[in-house]
Formats: sequence, C-alpha cells, structure tokens
Amino acid sequence: MLGIETSCDETGVGIVRGHELLADAVASSVEEHARFGGVVPEVASRAHLEAMVPTIERACETAGVRLADVDALAVTSGPGLAGALLVGVAAAKSLAIALGKPLYGVNHLAAHVAVDQLEHGALPDPCLALLVSGGHSSLLRVGDVTSEIDPMGSTIDDAAGEAFDKVARLLGLPFPGGPYIDKAAREGQISIDFPRGLTSRRDLERHRFDFSFSGLKTAVARWVEARQASGEPVPVDDVAASFQEAVCDVLTRKAVDAAASEGIEDILIGGGVAANSRLRVLAEERAAQKGIRVRVPRPKLCTDNGAMVAALGAEMVARGRTPSQLDLPADSSMPVDVVLV
Amino acid sequence: MLLAFDTATPHVTVALHDGERVVASYSSPSSMRHGEMLAPGIAQVLAEAGALNTDVTAVAVGVGPGPFTGLRVGLVTARTLAFSLGIPVYGVCSLDVLAAEAIDTGLDEFTVATDARRKEVYVARYAGGARIDGPSVARPTDVATEELVVGRGATLYPEAFPNAAGPESPSAAVLCDVVANERFELLEPEPLYLRRPDVAEAHAPKKVS
Ligand SMILES: [Zn+2]
Repeated sequence: MLGIETSCDETGVGIVRGHELLADAVASSVEEHARFGGVVPEVASRAHLEAMVPTIERACETAGVRLADVDALAVTSGPGLAGALLVGVAAAKSLAIALGKPLYGVNHLAAHVAVDQLEHGALPDPCLALLVSGGHSSLLRVGDVTSEIDPMGSTIDDAAGEAFDKVARLLGLPFPGGPYIDKAAREGQISIDFPRGLTSRRDLERHRFDFSFSGLKTAVARWVEARQASGEPVPVDDVAASFQEAVCDVLTRKAVDAAASEGIEDILIGGGVAANSRLRVLAEERAAQKGIRVRVPRPKLCTDNGAMVAALGAEMVARGRTPSQLDLPADSSMPVDVVLV
Repeated sequence: MLLAFDTATPHVTVALHDGERVVASYSSPSSMRHGEMLAPGIAQVLAEAGALNTDVTAVAVGVGPGPFTGLRVGLVTARTLAFSLGIPVYGVCSLDVLAAEAIDTGLDEFTVATDARRKEVYVARYAGGARIDGPSVARPTDVATEELVVGRGATLYPEAFPNAAGPESPSAAVLCDVVANERFELLEPEPLYLRRPDVAEAHAPKKVS
C-alpha cells in the first residue's frame, strides 16, 4: 500500500505491507515558510508539485519495491489546505490510473490514529485519540479506525501547535516553535501561573472536552510585555516551561477525563505536538493513576507523513472497504467522522 | 498514443491521439473542479478509445499561464503519469494552444488573452505562426488593442479588446496536434505561474491586545 499526504507543508509518501513500515519519505517546505512565521498555502502547494515525483521515487527506492508491485493506493482527501490537498489527490489518481490499482481517499485525522499500528501493532478497540499539531487539537473516540470515529472535543480557537508557534515568536525563538519551546523549557522553572483554557466549572459544563489556547497565548504576551515595559529581562526558559506546562496540563487532564468517562483503557497521542517531552511524561503519569495505557508512535510517525495514510489504507483493504471513485474530491473541511470518501 | 490535457482555464480538456488523429476527447463544463474532473476524463477517453493505460506512450500538458490551483492539478497529473508509465512528458504554453486553433481558422496577426483573475489577463502576441511577445500578465487597459483577440479575455474585457475572435479556451485535441507536429516550442512540464506567491514576510513580534 502506497500512501500520499499533502494536507499541509509536508509532501509525504509512505509504503507499508499490513502493519509493516517499508518506507516513509517526506519532503518538507517548512524552511520556505519559516521567514513568514507560518505556513503559506501557495508556497506549500508549489512545493508539493515539485516534490511529488521525487518523493514517490525515494519511497520506492527505500522500500525496495517497483511501482508496479504496489497493490493499492491511499491519499489524504482532507481536512487540510485545499490547494495542497489537491496536488496529492491528483497525483494519487494518476498512480491509480497508470497502475490500474484501487485508490482510497481517506481522512487525515484517522490516519494519525492508524499510524500507530506500524509501531505498536493492532489498535485497541475502542481507544481514545488525542491529536495535537499546528493544525489540529482533537479528542476522538475511535472504534474501528476505518469507520467509527466520533469527535468528543476540539479546540474552539487556536490549535495547540499554533500556540507553540506564536509563543515561540513572542520569545524570539525560531519557527516551528514546538521543539524550541520544549528545549528551552527543560532549562526553566514552572514558575508562572498561566491560565488553563476551558477548565472552570462553568466552561466544563459546555466544553468539557474542548480546548482553548487563545487566552493562554494572550496571557503569555501580556506577561512578556509587562516585563519588557519594566525594563527587566524576560526569563525565556521559565516562560517556555510555564507555558508548556499550561498546555500539557489541559491536554492530558482532558484526555484522561475523556477516556475515563467512556471506560476506555487506551489513549493514543498523535500529531506533531506528541513529540513534546513534557506531554508524554504528564500523559503517562496521569493515565497510570486511572489504570489507562498510553501509546505514542515515534516522533517521525507523529508528524504528517505518507506512512500514516498508507497504514490507514492498508486497514481499509484488511477490512474489505470499497475503494473511492476517480472523482473523489479534496475536501479542506472534511468532517472527522468521515474516514473514507 | 499521446494523451493530452489542459487545466489552465476553468475547463478541463482531455484528448487521446493515435499518431494520426484524435481518437477520443473529453471536455468538462466550466466548473474549476479540475481535481475532480481530470482523472475521470482521462479514464473516459482511454475507455472510449478502447486503449489500455500502457498504450499511452507520451503525455502532453498545458503549462499555463492560468489559475494556479487548476494548473497544478494538470501538471502533477502529467508528471506522475509519465513517471509511473516510464514515458516522456511534454509541456506546451496554454496560450500557444489557443493560438494554434486560431491559426487553423485563418488568423495571422492576433493577441491571445485569457482570464488571470484579479482584473488581469494573461497575454501573448502572435504573427506568422509564431509567438512574438509574451506570455505575460497585465491589466486589460495596459494591453488594450484593436487587433483580433483570441480567448476568454476578449469576452471578459470588451472595452479593452473590442475585436474578439477564435476559440475561448484551449482544446486538448489541438494540444495533441501542437505536440505531434511541433508547431510551437515544447517545454518542460513546469508551471508558468508568472506571479510570485502573494505573501508578506513576518515582521518583529506584534503587540497583542
Ligand atoms: Zn496532521
């Protein structure tokens, strides 16, 4: 199974055989976006076009397979940047035509869940997925990953990864912010009490499993500005540690609460922010108290890649799902409960 | 067989050429849904001609200029098909395809103008069967002409281009002929964007609130 992913700034082509990972080729345009402080859709789309064939070629070389050996194809149909998705979808359709093989247009979020099968084997049914990246912050109840994904909560404003990027910029750290904040935080103290979004009793009534990071970002900005205004140096490491703690605290607290409320015994964390060291530690600590297990794929599989799409595609085949039609669309706002188009 | 398509306008046009003539063609309505129309269009012309994917020996693609999103659908399709079938891919300026058709209907000196959105047009000038200027992107008032104007630009901006003539959008059947007979320069399958991405660089951290 060959999977193609182009929903944001990574051109990913992965090849799997069942749960076995054969190749995970990724070309990133992140450096082209760095000077803009965020992903620029047109820049990403241009980069996908240029990277597509070379990345397919590299994946085949790594896997040691010829394209003709591929039995089926999968592609991210959505959600994501419309123009970026279209490049991957068109490429996947071309492969389907040229090779005469079935094509599965799948949901990016479900792929973030399915990828863990390449690392830890078959997914527990049900499991609770916490997906956190620059584009998503979702809590999902996952039964059969090819057909039963129910959203329990999501961010009502910024994605978690977006908050990392914005705070990093505020602190003069490079883009993307996640790894730099993580590194700075290791040198700092959790000494500033930043707000935890949507955790007050009133918010919990309506938004028990939702997230909000916009207020936190503003609070960090105000704190930093007040420091600068008074002429004192900004303790970057402490701000990073305190901000990171506020994010991880809310994410893990709500994930464990969601799992416990559904009697689910396994939490799976995916998305770029899953690479955050504090998030992993805190999630394991809190889950263990409730007798819940935590699964986190290795960082390379957490960020956007083609292997995750191939992993979900392989599961589609294993479960006998019907392939997509050649007119399958790129759907930038594809709902999370639509796993296969 | 030569498989040709163009996605540089709101239409998708596909044709299959057997070396002598066009054996099947497909044309979508004006919808901008290139991503959804192109692959079924290709499958349809292959089926109509009773051809296998492996019968295709070369791919031709219109490289624009045209709206970027649709243009990329055509280019990534052409490159991926050519790569996976191990066959060559030829690019042709989409304005040249319009010009070739206009020449076939007897035009000699004329301008081709297509919709570049944002109140601009993509333009090129032709004479004696060759492109003598362009392609470029311009405001209609800056390239207004009494000359015959081929393409959608003429019907969109009649004040700048009062003398509309010839086809409105490129045809893949003509694209086949351009490639088969090398009527215009054959290009790499690289998009003719003619515009840089529309972005501002990030500046120093903004004040929040
Ligand atoms: Zn993602």
